[in-house]
Amino acid sequence: MKPSLYAALLWLIAGQATAQGFAGLGTEAAGFSIPQSPAIFDFPADHGPHPGYRIEWWYLTASLTGPDGTDYGAQWTLFRSALAPHDAQGWDGSQLWMAHAGLTTPERHFSAERLARGGIGQAGVTAEPFAAWIDDWAMTSTAHAGADALDALRVTARGDGFAHDLALTTTGPLIFHGQAGYSVKSAQGQASYYYSQPFYSLSGTITLNDGVIPVTGTAWLDREWSSQPLSETQDGWDWVSLQFDDGARLMGFTLRDRAAPSFTAATWIAPDGQSQSYRDGALSMTPLAQSRVAGRDVPTTWRIELPDRALDVTASAINPHSWMDVSVPYWEGPVRVTGTHPGRGYLEMTGYE
Amino acid sequence: MIGTALFTLLSHWRRHPGQFAMLVLGLALATALWSGVQAINAQARAAYATAAATLGQDRLDRLQSPDGRPVPLAEYVALRRAGYLVSPVISGELRAGDARLRLLGIDPLTAPPEANTPTLGDAGLDLTGFFTAPGLLLMTQDTATAALPPDLPPIRVTDTIPPGAALADIGTASRLLGQSDPSYLLVAPVQPAHLPLLATATTLQRVAPEQRADPAQLTDSFHLNLTAFGLLAFAVGLFIVHAAIGLAFEQRRATIRTLRALGLPLRSLLTAFGLELAVLGLVSGLAGLILGYAIAAALMPGVAGTLRGLYGADLPGTLSFDPAWAGAALVMTLAGVAIAAAQAMGRTARLPILATARPEAWGQASARLMRGQAMVAVVLLAASGALALWGGALITGFGAVACLFLGAALLLPVTLTALLRLAQRRARGPLGEWLLADTRQQMPGLSLALMALLLALSANIGVSTMVGSFRATFVGWLDQRLVAELYVTAPTPAEAARLHAYLAPRTDAVLPVVWADATLAGRPGAVYGQADHATFRDHWPLIAALPDAWDRLATGDGVLINEQLARFARLSPGDALTIAPGVSLPILGVYSDYGNPQAQAIVTLDRFAAIHPDIAPTRFALRIAPDRAAGLASILRDDFGLPADAVINQTQIKRFSVDVFDQTFQITGALNLLTLGVAGFALLTGLVTLADMRLAQLAPVWALGITRARLARFEWARSLILAGLTFALALPVGLALAWMLLAVINVQAFGWRLPMQVFPIDAARLLGLALIAATLAAALPALRLARISPSRLLKVFAHEA
Repeated sequence: MKPSLYAALLWLIAGQATAQGFAGLGTEAAGFSIPQSPAIFDFPADHGPHPGYRIEWWYLTASLTGPDGTDYGAQWTLFRSALAPHDAQGWDGSQLWMAHAGLTTPERHFSAERLARGGIGQAGVTAEPFAAWIDDWAMTSTAHAGADALDALRVTARGDGFAHDLALTTTGPLIFHGQAGYSVKSAQGQASYYYSQPFYSLSGTITLNDGVIPVTGTAWLDREWSSQPLSETQDGWDWVSLQFDDGARLMGFTLRDRAAPSFTAATWIAPDGQSQSYRDGALSMTPLAQSRVAGRDVPTTWRIELPDRALDVTASAINPHSWMDVSVPYWEGPVRVTGTHPGRGYLEMTGYE
Repeated sequence: MIGTALFTLLSHWRRHPGQFAMLVLGLALATALWSGVQAINAQARAAYATAAATLGQDRLDRLQSPDGRPVPLAEYVALRRAGYLVSPVISGELRAGDARLRLLGIDPLTAPPEANTPTLGDAGLDLTGFFTAPGLLLMTQDTATAALPPDLPPIRVTDTIPPGAALADIGTASRLLGQSDPSYLLVAPVQPAHLPLLATATTLQRVAPEQRADPAQLTDSFHLNLTAFGLLAFAVGLFIVHAAIGLAFEQRRATIRTLRALGLPLRSLLTAFGLELAVLGLVSGLAGLILGYAIAAALMPGVAGTLRGLYGADLPGTLSFDPAWAGAALVMTLAGVAIAAAQAMGRTARLPILATARPEAWGQASARLMRGQAMVAVVLLAASGALALWGGALITGFGAVACLFLGAALLLPVTLTALLRLAQRRARGPLGEWLLADTRQQMPGLSLALMALLLALSANIGVSTMVGSFRATFVGWLDQRLVAELYVTAPTPAEAARLHAYLAPRTDAVLPVVWADATLAGRPGAVYGQADHATFRDHWPLIAALPDAWDRLATGDGVLINEQLARFARLSPGDALTIAPGVSLPILGVYSDYGNPQAQAIVTLDRFAAIHPDIAPTRFALRIAPDRAAGLASILRDDFGLPADAVINQTQIKRFSVDVFDQTFQITGALNLLTLGVAGFALLTGLVTLADMRLAQLAPVWALGITRARLARFEWARSLILAGLTFALALPVGLALAWMLLAVINVQAFGWRLPMQVFPIDAARLLGLALIAATLAAALPALRLARISPSRLLKVFAHEA
């Protein structure tokens, strides 16, 4: 799940954050479509935008390694937010776009944000051929004809003091979370359509002020759309995507609720692409250590347990100061995983005031 | 002790309420005019600052098409897709009848933080409403309550928007203005690293804030004019105060002596005096502030109209109250009181305790003092001439005016005395001789009031001569220049081509007018393309030209430039001017271009097309038999579907221009009249002051058999003689002032020079006004004299005995 920052868009529109859940994500969805179960997908069309739904994202996180073995992390996200449940061309377009790019080194963290409106070509997503872009940031399909459009991607972004240019390829299948892609987010039944491509391996470059660094690594792409993914009392979440050294993967999140117990969900992905979804309560995430980040305490070391898979690991931030300093700020960065299933991954935390 | 002294001193005002009123009124008037003018200036400056800061215009560069047309939307998107941080703005004006609204459409999603778009920080704003149709308009309360075009989206009131303008989402502006291409792009100051320079990525022109015409800069001279008027009024007001305080001092000599004899230390006496003056200053200053605010509020709509007409600067038509302004005005008043009272205080300090009371209104100016004044005056006048001739800047121009005024004022008593002495030699009969001698005797007492009158009269003559000359020249110039019968504007180049084809067989000539914004000699301006036609050759007055200028222009190998550009850049025919990158042409001639603050250059249509191949003319001047003009205009409107304001006839333009002109100088007229009023009051003050003192001179004449009524008529005659003589002196001073305004200050401030014309009827009218003012001023003392009881006149002799 990645409802994160999309937040900021809604915040722009709602005027203030957290009146109704984090960043307005809990507001009513009048006029917009609501995700239905069972989820029926239609590719490649569903890789493109769904203007009838209020929010949507194309969310990529990548764990990178430099030639000297240094860990890096990269993020590339495009959010779509609809002011009205239809699309239009020209300045009357009712789709707003927001993008975030991040680059994490063990010592530093860079973030950048772009905003644009749809309808004029400055930002958008097309399903065929697949391309997602805002300004000069882009995520473009380089897949062969006949393959899934998301099988090969080129991803570029640039911000103040950093840039990345990554080539991604995979042969693994798309993974559908929850009930075959219908992902429930609260006990009240709020839900989204949610699928991922977690099997990317990549090569490319990152650019910092001191020069260009060649990198290799793995990446995880999330696709999600909905109209009201959170309940009104859910103020934030903690989300992880982990790649273990044995080839298995885990997606898990905790939605923190001020009026009820936290809501958790997880998807276990075997190396061969077989996946199993877990309902509320199967996964547990426990903060082990806090860091003082941007004037607030944020848990940057977590114990993560999924007893059904005998999983008990500790995820520690590579850089505890991976703070995304954007319209609605949040924490997002690469982690090292130790314990029963060593590996690496990405951690996202929102709603820490 | 000080309390008792103060009480004793104040009792004087209780016994002389008239004098008290005079003092308070004089101070209040001085404060009022000065503070009123300051209030207007402050309001205008604040409006300019708001306008300049809107969208960070004072800090952000812009990208715009060199031809002043909108930036193609595709070009904007291409720049963004290349990574450049630019943000689109669609701006334009909505008009419906007299209602107009400037619309600024912004894109808050891409606007740089420096643009300070008020929307995103504003918690009370409904952002969904702002972004989605029909959208929201942000404007000030004043703008919202003024006449607005119909069918506008909902309005939200906020106070950070310039008057007459509305801020909206770019989508809303696009819908309302029917324009989808951005008018210009704002450039974020910091662009992403590793990108090629913006200049290499686009052919759009990058314009820095300081290169754009700044209303504050353009209107500086206008405000300087107002300030000068305000200071003049303040100075005249201080003459009144000086007279009143001087009189009070003389009348209280006995009281002062008694107080001192009773043991009041000098220091306490002076403190009591100071307190008294401070209280008076505060009371009158406050009254003046109220009056000044009222004056400013009354004048404000006119000033706003003037600035809009002359410079396109938008001001609110109403006045807001600023405590800092009030404080400054009060300080100014108190400082004025201190200056006006300095002489009286000095004399109090030196007053011998045991000297007998010698009632005299004014220390009789000795001949030596007069000579000294005359010498200073001559030096000042010489300095004024030197500044005017060789100054070469706006500030030296005003310096010249100040020296002229001071010099003329100082010269006045000497000149008047000399004139009266001369007249006295030729006077017939003893009474006439006495009248003139007595008038001369009064000179020292009245000299300050007469100086005030001189200043007011000469300012009046000077300014009205300037305005009159300007108007006459301007109207004549409009007649010469606006020769085409109709002016037509097409909405698009395609429509323009259709229009041209339609008009060509139906008119005597279709003269395309085409232009592009350009930087000329480093100043924002425009280059015009103009057809070679008798319309221009025969009617456009060139104020300097090479031989065969029009013929050479027709070959495309030269430019004509306007007077403003010639003066500002010190260019003359024969010099070269760069009108576009790499295009430098010789200047063939200079034409006058009144009322236009910007630089301008004219080339042929062919030459223009070579420089700006993408600009097609959309405006045409039509030559047609005048009796067919109206018919064609209605055909164009009705059959061709052109909006009403796209077809304008010559008469309309002229009327509009002259209206703008008259609006411009309305405030000058109002201030002129007010200053004259204050000067008249100063004269009244002087005469009243003298009246009581002069019984000693009048009693013997009365005793010789001249009736009181006749003496009163003499008083009146004396006042008229002095006013008339002062007017006679004010006339050359006023004309000199007019010359300075036209030949020095106008050139510096606006960039054009006007031929001076003299308006004898206006001068005669002013003489009439001066005599009326003198009559009114003399009425009270004359009436009193006519009704004075004989016993009081007799007492004069009793005292002598």
